[in-house]
Amino acid sequence: MGFEVSDLNAFYGKHQVLSQISFSMEKGKLMCVLGPNGVGKSTLFQCILGLNRQHDGKIYIDGIDIEKLNVRQRAEKIAYIPQSHQPVFSYKVKDIVLMSTESTMDHLKGPGKKQNEMAQRAMERVGISHLAMRSYTQISGGERQLVMIARALAQQAKVLIMDEPTSNLDYGNQIRIMSQIKQLSKEGYTILQSCHQPEQAFLYADEILVLWQGKVLIHGTPKEVLTQEIIQKIYGVDVEIKSLNNDRIRVCVPTNLCEMWSKEEKK
Amino acid sequence: MKKENKILIVLSVILVGVFIISFGLGKYPINVKELFGILASKIIPLEQFWTDSQQIALFNVRMPRILLGVLVGAALPTAGVCYQGIFRNPMVSPDLLGASSGAAFGAVLAILRGAGFLGISMSAFFFALFTVWLVCVVGKHAKGSSVLGLVLSGIMVSSLFTSATSFLKLVADPDQELPAITYWLMGSLAGAKKSDVVFVITPILVGMIPLFLLRWKMNLLTLGDDEAKTMGVDVTKIRGIVIACATLITAASISVSGMIGWVGLVIPHFARMLIGCDYRKLLPASVIMGAAFMLIVDNIARLAATSEIPIGILTSFVGAPFFLYLIIREGEQ
Repeated sequence: MGFEVSDLNAFYGKHQVLSQISFSMEKGKLMCVLGPNGVGKSTLFQCILGLNRQHDGKIYIDGIDIEKLNVRQRAEKIAYIPQSHQPVFSYKVKDIVLMSTESTMDHLKGPGKKQNEMAQRAMERVGISHLAMRSYTQISGGERQLVMIARALAQQAKVLIMDEPTSNLDYGNQIRIMSQIKQLSKEGYTILQSCHQPEQAFLYADEILVLWQGKVLIHGTPKEVLTQEIIQKIYGVDVEIKSLNNDRIRVCVPTNLCEMWSKEEKK
Repeated sequence: MKKENKILIVLSVILVGVFIISFGLGKYPINVKELFGILASKIIPLEQFWTDSQQIALFNVRMPRILLGVLVGAALPTAGVCYQGIFRNPMVSPDLLGASSGAAFGAVLAILRGAGFLGISMSAFFFALFTVWLVCVVGKHAKGSSVLGLVLSGIMVSSLFTSATSFLKLVADPDQELPAITYWLMGSLAGAKKSDVVFVITPILVGMIPLFLLRWKMNLLTLGDDEAKTMGVDVTKIRGIVIACATLITAASISVSGMIGWVGLVIPHFARMLIGCDYRKLLPASVIMGAAFMLIVDNIARLAATSEIPIGILTSFVGAPFFLYLIIREGEQ
């Protein structure tokens, strides 16, 4: 059981963005979706989140067809972690986190004691309780991303969808966010995230899904997927793959950049 | 007690104070003792120590006007703050979707047809609702982003009705009708009657109650459709309800007060500076501040000059400098 996408086709107007996407992942796995810009990673996520209406095919969570769920029931199953962004109005961090407890409230009521506790626990879980009363617009990008993660946790959904959670962050924050995410997957959250760095995917994903020209090019473990041929095919750059620490880490070295340097040195 | 609740209590006390003081202010003097005497005599039997004309002035002239001021002052910022939230833009005012240009057209049409006060209000009210309905129907068929479609059709339909209004002004009789039109368009609470209060109180309450019940959800809508949906909000439905209710109260208040611009745009800003963005507190704060502000400005409108100053002029005259001061101060922080 876990998460399954079967025969998904998605359209943007008349243009078919995704065709026959099928894959499944077990509960508690962390999957990175790789692919060039515009390949349909975001569209895939939108289909899963119910934000894209122009698609067919089936998506199951624990065997339940999520098309049959209403907005609220879907929110109980799947939470979305957007890239950290600047909202129009400056809410307090605790209010932002509290918002995701919406699906646990009575329809015409605001959050009560139970919801406040849920939000508090989520903030403690990612270590941002001290930011609770700060304004979301006045904290750093890394902190904001943590707030987004806390918000998703407060939603109590077990499947997390993340849109490039580490883009726009400095190196230290990237690593901190990544270890948070990895920890969550160990605790049983099923995580699907898009990713631009093959090395990052190799470092911490359980599985990698590569999208290419609207289709699944390959789906497998990082070791199977992260090869010279695949990187060359999807990104159009030649790389050499170096293995470090007994193949715990793989590094992509772009060959043409290296050649430029060596030519310069020869001169 | 939380800071926000304290602010709300202070604001309420100010409103009650202004409300009572407003009864005492006016061309016809009524002192505090007489004021309380007249008011109390409605509840407990009391020997009359005031003149009959004082009583008439209080109940037939001042009371409707003050109640109308409270209603309109509460309604416009409520609609404004809700529109700002669901359109995710603090520069939006309640007439974004054409309510006031529709109301203006309706009122002018009724004036030209020689309708009375109630007829003008009814016509303004229904034309305001019709305009927003038209905007929503057109916006729904727009390709691409639904919010953008709605806003653009709002601008277009508004300008259509504005030019229709200009045309009606052109053909109006310049001695009788044109001054009446101009005066209506400037907005005023002068000449408010009990029937006006009765006419607007139902639509305003019917619109306000759902907005109050949904005020927590409006927080989620400010994050954008996609995020709100993934957190379990039926965005289309909630936005529909909010637009309908906000339009209802805008139409009702414009129909009796004329065009009082500015209040619906700026009171929400004051409220936000004071109490923050959380709609659970922001909405009540906007209501209370709007009502108090409207009463204060209307008192000035009544008393400042020998003849009435239209309140629509005064709201910006009083408010704009204050607002400028606030944004400059805010910028320094």
